[in-house]
Amino acid sequence: MIRFILIQNRAGKTRLAKWYMQFDDDEKQKLIEEVHAVVTVRDAKHTNFVEFRNFKIIYRRYAGLYFCICVDVNDNNLAYLEAIHNFVEVLNEYFHNVCELDLVFNFYKVYTVVDEMFLAGEIRETSQTKARRQPSSPSLSRPGGRDPAGSGPQGRRLHPTASGPWLWAEATVCVPSNRAAVV
Amino acid sequence: MPAVSKGDGMRGLAVFISDIRNCKSKEAEIKRINKELANIRSKFKGDKALDGYSKKKYVCKLLFIFLLGHDIDFGHMEAVNLLSSNKYTEKQIGYLFISVLVNSNSELIRLINNAIKNDLASRNPTFMCLALHCIANVGSREMGEAFAADIPRILVAGDSMDSVKQSAALCLLRLYKASPDLVPMGEWTARVVHLLNDQHMGVVTAAVSLITCLCKKNPDDFKTCISLAVSRLSRIVSSASTDLQDYTYYFVPAPWLSVKLLRLLQCYPPPEDAAVKGRLVECLETVLNKAQEPPKSKKVQHSNAKNAILFETISLIIHYDSEPNLLVRACNQLGQFLQHRETNLRYLALESMCTLASSEFSHEAVKTHIDTVINALKTERDVSVRQRAADLLYAMCDRSNAKQIVSEMLRYLETADYAIREEIVLKVAILAEKYAVDYSWYVDTILNLIRIAGDYVSEEVWYRVLQIVTNRDDVQGYAAKTVFEALQAPACHENMVKVGGYILGEFGNLIAGDPRSSPPVQFSLLHSKFHLCSVATRALLLSTYIKFINLFPETKATIQAVLRAGSQLRNADVELQQRAVEYLTLSSVASTDVLATVLEEMPPFPERESSILAKLKRKKGPGAGSALDDGRRDPSSNDINGGVEPTPSTVLSPGPEDIGPPIPEADELLNKFVCKNNGVLFENQLLQIGVKSEFRQNLGRMYLFYGNKTSVQFQNFSPTVVHPGDLQTQLAVQTKRVAVDGGAQVQQVLNIECLRDFLTPPLLSVRFRYGGTPQALTLKLPVTINKFFQPTEMAAQDFFQRWKQLSLPQQEAQKIFKANHPMDAEVTKAKLLGFGSALLDNVDPNPENFVGAGIIQTKALQVGCLLRLEPNAQAQMYRLTLRTSKEPVSRHLCELLAQQF
Repeated sequence: MIRFILIQNRAGKTRLAKWYMQFDDDEKQKLIEEVHAVVTVRDAKHTNFVEFRNFKIIYRRYAGLYFCICVDVNDNNLAYLEAIHNFVEVLNEYFHNVCELDLVFNFYKVYTVVDEMFLAGEIRETSQTKARRQPSSPSLSRPGGRDPAGSGPQGRRLHPTASGPWLWAEATVCVPSNRAAVV
Repeated sequence: MPAVSKGDGMRGLAVFISDIRNCKSKEAEIKRINKELANIRSKFKGDKALDGYSKKKYVCKLLFIFLLGHDIDFGHMEAVNLLSSNKYTEKQIGYLFISVLVNSNSELIRLINNAIKNDLASRNPTFMCLALHCIANVGSREMGEAFAADIPRILVAGDSMDSVKQSAALCLLRLYKASPDLVPMGEWTARVVHLLNDQHMGVVTAAVSLITCLCKKNPDDFKTCISLAVSRLSRIVSSASTDLQDYTYYFVPAPWLSVKLLRLLQCYPPPEDAAVKGRLVECLETVLNKAQEPPKSKKVQHSNAKNAILFETISLIIHYDSEPNLLVRACNQLGQFLQHRETNLRYLALESMCTLASSEFSHEAVKTHIDTVINALKTERDVSVRQRAADLLYAMCDRSNAKQIVSEMLRYLETADYAIREEIVLKVAILAEKYAVDYSWYVDTILNLIRIAGDYVSEEVWYRVLQIVTNRDDVQGYAAKTVFEALQAPACHENMVKVGGYILGEFGNLIAGDPRSSPPVQFSLLHSKFHLCSVATRALLLSTYIKFINLFPETKATIQAVLRAGSQLRNADVELQQRAVEYLTLSSVASTDVLATVLEEMPPFPERESSILAKLKRKKGPGAGSALDDGRRDPSSNDINGGVEPTPSTVLSPGPEDIGPPIPEADELLNKFVCKNNGVLFENQLLQIGVKSEFRQNLGRMYLFYGNKTSVQFQNFSPTVVHPGDLQTQLAVQTKRVAVDGGAQVQQVLNIECLRDFLTPPLLSVRFRYGGTPQALTLKLPVTINKFFQPTEMAAQDFFQRWKQLSLPQQEAQKIFKANHPMDAEVTKAKLLGFGSALLDNVDPNPENFVGAGIIQTKALQVGCLLRLEPNAQAQMYRLTLRTSKEPVSRHLCELLAQQF
């Protein structure tokens, strides 16, 4: 089962944290830091899996964001790797070309998308159309291009349109750490 | 101020987030947050009632502030108020706030539960889902108590919407995991299994997780899910790539659901029902076949989804461990992945192959990939992949490839990452010991280990080498010579000094004849290291020195001088000082005889479980200390347990109570031997047992031939003969212990004496470990009472006289039965002779009939037997009549013989 889901950027800012087992706040903070430390040092030639305490992290990088799922060691690696991608595609459709800023400004909507797709540490729904079909549409909230970070790395599309290049593979373009916004 | 677009979102929230992002410092951020908190507090406390939108906006801001890492101590009430809103967006924010900031305030819990209850009863699927998600996210005991009884009802209700069922299934799963006692089992459990048949794939996807969890806890109650899961899986696997619409992912039909179904099946042994099993095997084969088809898309998503199913299929095949054909195919498939350009696939193939290596059916197939795996160990960039390669080498190691694997691992050790060095050291040490053909190789390997990675060689490892050298006198001279040479190196690891000191102190005399390693040379070599060593090592060396005084009297003066030196005698360390004082006194006071007795060579260590195995088990064991340890699988403990060498003291002959029941075909096998004495008693993939026996009077000798059909030595191989019931008083069987090497055959001799008549044969219990898995087998030993027959010739007249004498009803046993084999007179004759009686011609007036006579010889008594077999070729029937002087013997012989025709 899934123990937690984390979305972090390269600077270590958490964009989403979803916990499926009980941790106290200090422990959560420690886990967030540890995950960031093990995941960011890896390059594209490495596997998408890392042993982590008594679990394993399945992760994938999209532009400047790491999507990490912590699961039991005997869980199916590739199934969760693709669950991440499925999730990203749903976000991408939902936000019409998702970027990091969407996750910041619409954090409360991201939680509902997560709950549609994952619940109680298990995969709940895999159909993209069903997972997207929600009572409220995300028509708004992302600030326009004038947000200072809007044109920066956090405004970069995570998942370019279907025909575009696959960003996580070319993600070696680093986000300079001094440009990471405060949030 | 950045422009913010309009819509259903909250403008104020977007502005606030933008403000925070624009803060240049932590202080500015805190200032802005405090300003906002003051604003929200005043709004909440204000006289004017807030509308839903404002409430939602402020609660959401509070949530954002909390997620930034700041404490929030108000707003809970407003969030709870939002729960009863009729607007989805307001309700959603309320539930999110509650889920993220759970508060055990009892007053609030009551209100929250009330709101959830209303939403669950609302019949609005969206609201019901929100409520269910909240319960699943919080999962507290209080919520369990309030809702555990309602949710099963929602789950199986005919009118629940699909999305509600999905949420209810997983919500129930969460509550069941958190507090199983709160979830009442009942009528719903039978219906929940049938969700596997649900039309909506999403419902099935969610329900399988719940069912899997229930199966793990109560496997027997949920057995019906096997056939349902198989047919669902079969429908998915055989569907075209577009059949399942939304649930097809990059041309792969329902990959996640397939994986979940395959995992559900891993809760159970292979299906018993032949049709179900056939259908499942077909599915597994289809998956393996599809792996060979050209991909339908070049996208990595396509191949990942396809391979997710493939790997889970292979896990199931390994779990069943009963289909040699599938296991070998799985192994070949993984072999292809070992050289794939995707690192992920190479990693997973290595990991999966590790478990295949321990299956008897695929161990050999795995071994063929040794060169690829060694290459992976040398060239992979990702350390975790190299680690998997090392694990696999360890798992595939057996006597045939141990030298190659150990030398490769030693080479790897020189460049291995620090984090995994100690584990590699332990593995090398274990393999070297387990598969040592000659112990000089073992000694060389361990000394190499110390040379290459001395820092990582734990005490257990070097203790173990000392134990083995002490216990094996054939390697002591070699060990002394080798450590002596190793110590010549200008810089050697302290562990080497310890091993060297101990071994030379015990066995230095074995190399003292060579002038290059004469006693003074040995001593000065050791002493040259003395000053650089830690206290513990120096203490050990002092003991070596006193042993030298005993071994080599000519070194006495030199050593006494060393002991007497102020640096020893007045050493600040108490232990060193005490040893120096005591050894010095001992050497001057005690006579040579006393000295020789006190300082005698160490006695052999008692054989016990290798201490390093215990260490590796500890390292790998569960409970590794973290709170995060319940999902831990222990891939290596199985094959490690198998490494324990047989220890005579612990192998006790099992009593009848601790051996398993005879295998189902034991009776059938036994029947084969009623009329013959030689043949193959038993055979499977691992082992063949042959029998050769001869009997005379009441004595017999039986040779059992155990043939090991694998290439690995069986561990703890122990065949024992067990006498069930009071057979002990009727039949005596003496045996000797045996060991069976890989590919070899050994014989075991049994001496048998029949004390009195008996009815049940003794049992032969064979137990051993193969590749870490314990194997147990109980057979019936082919010793039946007719083996002690002595044929008796007699004339027709005598026969009928005796026949009449045995005319009491209980002395006769008769059976009329249908022929199971063609009724051939010659064959029948041979069988009767094999049975042991004499065949008497011209006795029966009907020449078609057979008549026989004989005496059963036991130590206590003799039992005379007469028999008559009347074939009726037309009816394909026989009538068999036995008359003996003992009632049970008549019946028993009659039964034994009747089964032969």
